[in-house]
Amino acid sequence: MVDFYGTCIKNPLLLGTARYPSPALLAKAVREAGVEVVTVSLRRESVGSADGNQFWDLIRDLGVKVLPNTAGCFSVGEAVTTAQMAREVFETDWVKLEVVGNRDTLQPDPFGLLEAATILCRDNFQVFPYMTEDLVLAEKLVEVGCRVLMPWGSPIGSGRGLNNEYGLRTLRARFEGIPIVVDAGIGVPSHAARAMELGCDAVLLNTAVARAGDPVAMASAFSDAVRAGRAAYLATPIEMSDMATPSTPVIGKAFLS
Amino acid sequence: MRIIVNGEPREVAALTLEALLSECGYHSAKIATALNSTFVHRHLRSETTLSENDRVEVVSPIEGG
Repeated sequence: MVDFYGTCIKNPLLLGTARYPSPALLAKAVREAGVEVVTVSLRRESVGSADGNQFWDLIRDLGVKVLPNTAGCFSVGEAVTTAQMAREVFETDWVKLEVVGNRDTLQPDPFGLLEAATILCRDNFQVFPYMTEDLVLAEKLVEVGCRVLMPWGSPIGSGRGLNNEYGLRTLRARFEGIPIVVDAGIGVPSHAARAMELGCDAVLLNTAVARAGDPVAMASAFSDAVRAGRAAYLATPIEMSDMATPSTPVIGKAFLS
Repeated sequence: MRIIVNGEPREVAALTLEALLSECGYHSAKIATALNSTFVHRHLRSETTLSENDRVEVVSPIEGG
């Protein structure tokens, strides 16, 4: 169970809704994996187009909580205005705040992110800041009112997994009561399980499921992985060591040499 | 009056944002608007007046990651 601004979520797998082969497969993946939170976005509406309504009908029928993003925003102003428009359209104070700083890696801009988060928290948004795993940035985001941290695993869509486990462990140790959601770069279920084993509270991913050969089966595999990783974290894993420790008792062993 | 709607220049008769949406055929409830990069709440569209070369953005839900 993870608590996002007073909303408790049982399934720590959050799923993006883009790049699926079809809307039907998106819906099936969400349902069969038991996903409770999906990300959505906003784009220019063409005159006379019903695309936005059709997509919204699909999401509404799934009965899930939506987390609107500010994807594609490179400035504070763009991100803030997009968040405000998203609040009106999706009728939620939640926003996955993205302020992109680099076009090649889509790395979050920490300076713009903090400025935008400050503005939005003051306006009673419940901000999920898409961030690097920088400890000082995290402290500043919490200071301005963020009650969720959303560090990247690696660049969006790269499938590289967790580039900086040390950074994630540091965030976990520093922010005991703040939910940490690893977002972006997850490629396979073991990456997601690893994030959860480190003590993260949830994982958000999109491409790894949407572009898999079988998105429905992959969504379920990720759902199993995050639950297993969480259970392992709560069960306290052993410490890693460089040398062997025999698991079979040696006392009483027959002397045969 | 010349207004830029979602990046496309248009000659319109509308004097308010609400009238512009109607004139341009945006009838969906699931849209949000911005005027010159500033969000305009749906309740303020009827009293938001337009000026020559204003830039209006009209957005709706899509898939997102």
